Amino acid sequence: MLGMFEPVIGLEIHLHLSTQSKIFSSCATNYYGSEANTHTDPLTLGLPGTLPTLNAEAVEKALMFGLALNCEVEGFTQFHRKNYYYPDAPKNYQISQYDRPICREGFVMVDGERIGITRAHLEDDAGKLVHPGYAPYSLLDLNRAGMPLIEMVTEPEIKSAEQARVFLGMIRSIAQALGISDANPEEGKMRCDVNISVRRPGEALGTKVEVKNLNSFRSVALAIEFETARQSKILEGGGKITQDTMGWDDGGQKTYLMRTKEGEADYRYFPEPDLPPLMITAEMVAKVRAKMPELPAQKLERYLSLGIKESDAQSLSMSVSLSRVLDSALQGYTGAGQNLVNWLLGDVSGYLAGRELELEKSKLEPAHLRGLVQLIDAGTLSGKMAKELLLEVMEGADPHALVLERGLAVISDPVVIAAAIDEVMQADPATVEKAKTNPKAVNALFGPIMKKLGGKAKPELVREILNSKLEG
Amino acid sequence: MSATALELAHKIRSKEVSALEVMETALERIQNTDARIGAFLSLTDDALSRARAVDAALARGETLPPLAGVPIALKDNLNFVGSLTTAGSKMLERYRSPYNATVVGRALAAGLIPIGKTNLDEFAMGSTTENSAFQKTHNPWDTTRVPGGTSGGSAAAVASGMVPLALGTDTGGSVRQPAALCGILGFKPTYGRISRYGVIATASSLDQVGGMARSTADLAALLDAISGHDPLDSTSLEAKPQFTVALNTSVSGMRFAYIKEALGAGNSSGVALALERVRVVLEGLGATFSEVSLPSLAYNIAAYYIINTAEISSNLARYDGMVYSHRSPAPDFNSSMSQSRGEGFGLEAKRRILMGTYALSSGYYDAFYSKALKVRRLIAQDFARAFETFDVLVTPTSPSAAWKFGQFSNDPLAMYMMDVDTVSLNLAGLPGLSIPAGFELQEGKTLPIGIQFIAPLLQDERLFSVAQAFETATSSEFLKIAP
Repeated sequence: MLGMFEPVIGLEIHLHLSTQSKIFSSCATNYYGSEANTHTDPLTLGLPGTLPTLNAEAVEKALMFGLALNCEVEGFTQFHRKNYYYPDAPKNYQISQYDRPICREGFVMVDGERIGITRAHLEDDAGKLVHPGYAPYSLLDLNRAGMPLIEMVTEPEIKSAEQARVFLGMIRSIAQALGISDANPEEGKMRCDVNISVRRPGEALGTKVEVKNLNSFRSVALAIEFETARQSKILEGGGKITQDTMGWDDGGQKTYLMRTKEGEADYRYFPEPDLPPLMITAEMVAKVRAKMPELPAQKLERYLSLGIKESDAQSLSMSVSLSRVLDSALQGYTGAGQNLVNWLLGDVSGYLAGRELELEKSKLEPAHLRGLVQLIDAGTLSGKMAKELLLEVMEGADPHALVLERGLAVISDPVVIAAAIDEVMQADPATVEKAKTNPKAVNALFGPIMKKLGGKAKPELVREILNSKLEG
Repeated sequence: MSATALELAHKIRSKEVSALEVMETALERIQNTDARIGAFLSLTDDALSRARAVDAALARGETLPPLAGVPIALKDNLNFVGSLTTAGSKMLERYRSPYNATVVGRALAAGLIPIGKTNLDEFAMGSTTENSAFQKTHNPWDTTRVPGGTSGGSAAAVASGMVPLALGTDTGGSVRQPAALCGILGFKPTYGRISRYGVIATASSLDQVGGMARSTADLAALLDAISGHDPLDSTSLEAKPQFTVALNTSVSGMRFAYIKEALGAGNSSGVALALERVRVVLEGLGATFSEVSLPSLAYNIAAYYIINTAEISSNLARYDGMVYSHRSPAPDFNSSMSQSRGEGFGLEAKRRILMGTYALSSGYYDAFYSKALKVRRLIAQDFARAFETFDVLVTPTSPSAAWKFGQFSNDPLAMYMMDVDTVSLNLAGLPGLSIPAGFELQEGKTLPIGIQFIAPLLQDERLFSVAQAFETATSSEFLKIAP
């Protein structure tokens, strides 16, 4: 028995930075959903004579990302040209970074395990070739060309498909929490390539294979599982792994050979002469650090300290939209935080899921959620009444206003309750006499009293006042 | 058009002559002369209407910008909205620019009127303008000879009196050398003093825009108009130079030194005489002359052509026929790109793309590109050391006066060697000014000789003090319009 093979995985992640303008010109970036080639300018088109100017916002966002990944960012950073010919690259070179990336040597903790970050660098994205069905030509859309990208590379320290999936989720939530990227794989704003090799535990690293064309976290996990099995089988059969680039076939759920090592391009990297090296000073870093919002890991700790259940705290800290609503609802709330969380993760999430709605697109006001829970805490609303009101609160209604408007409040004023009791008792002295000796007869009074109060009185309170009157 | 730019501007402002008359005279001169010279690739559509606008503004009593109504020629690698901008290449034969280069925008703001686009070596690669895909430009002093290059069209246009001013670009001497061969002033500033935005790139770390004129004061006025920081060029420098104010600074006490490596047997006798002449004239004005050695210049040409071709191989990659450049249809895009480039580029462009691609290839990068960058640093250090002792360094601009067409056509290396005096300034980023300082008689023709003056980084203005002093002392004897 030779023992099982284990995968050794490194990830290469591309994130679109959410900046106002493209990385090297003032061209607008909000092209998603727009007609082809409407978001271009002379630089984006690669016209003769154009020069890149580095977008300060992209630099700041890259630094913020680097700090969140515990990277070294101080010192000089430089751009290089990566030369290759392809019609979607208007200059036929990409402005990228080579030996002085903006972020170097960081790490991320994933469930207590340290995953090393080799580097993260800035570069410009290419345009897109469009292949109309059955047409004997392709079309070029340069809207995406020049979009700011950050490419991060991990050390080969990820040990399973599941860990890769969790890691990707964490990177996405960090990017979203920082507000540096929508990190949305569906819009192509987060893309991932996988480097994977297998070995028997304790052995040296095996030959790695790169897998491309992975368009969701799920396909990353599936590709890792597929490659682990494929490579293990080859090695078990005495074969050798070749250092190839594979593609992922989402339909067939398998990898296929894209190119062999011999087919690798020589990118002829050289320092970009149009952009002088950039010095990242301690001062710049301090400025960015001061602007950093709370990171998911810090959020988790804070939620735990508020007594929120760990599993709830986990999912809340990973979601920018849930945590934003929760944090806002927590303002001035004096009850147990978990009360708010139960509503947010329970009925609110259920409401959204049922309608396939995103939290940030719903009309829920965090203050209204807080108000609803406060009304329950104070005994003004029963749980059942609150659930009914939630439908309108999700549409933007203020629960306090609804309660006032409709007289929905539970009647908890002893004076009001006592007056109703007195009325019923005076109307039916016979039953009152019976009730004084026979506890079962009390119910014959209780019913009419509740009816008189419109069913909105707290039953325990009614019983308490009624009993004291019968005793007195 | 023998008047200088400043004289014309003054006459227009004082209504001695209208801007329209100036423009019509210039166009007439081009009409009469350019068939023989071949300086212009195209004339701009709106020069006359711009001239009329100047006259109208003057009639309304508006204050005119300093050079209002003065015609200027633009090298055809400068983007000027609506104009054909070919870079001398078939690749861009029908390309009309949709935007202005910063220098063109600034020239317009100073009141200058672009009259036409001038011939150049394809993508500014060459030393004679013979690499233009479209036409030959002839030296106005002897039309059997080259005007120099790559800004040969601009130099010939100024030298033959078609325009008083022209813009060129200088990657390895492309403003200074044709200025020398055509008998006019040609200046390349410190790298970063003039914006490269809108200048079709040859080799980005070497390219600078430069000016050409027939008087030092004109050149200073032009440079004052176009220089200074530009946020669209990340390599542009902050401090704005002041050229015109430097004209009156005396050269008395200024310490000059010939660069030893640029003297000797390689230079023609006319060049040797001109080198001697500038010494005599400037010493007469109180300057001192010595000699200094810059040993690293031995590797000057080798380092230059590695860096130049490496950057060219990348800069010229964008011309693939996909969006705007010459396109050769083919069944697939790889073939189309290859064919387009095969048809669109001339021989020298192909040669440099090949050499540059090779120099950057994995396995060769360290042996070539890295080493060339080291030599570049050494050359810069040698210059810096020389400038600890001297204020201005002096070399010929070219080892000889203008040569015949085709003389080096089959020997590219010999042609590259003709750049020996100029390329080191581009490697070191230094400012240089070529001043006409002599003539040499060949085959019965008078040919001008230029001497190059070099200043330390950011001391560009010093060269204008020198040029003005020499011009005054020699009564503009060497600044004549070609016969």
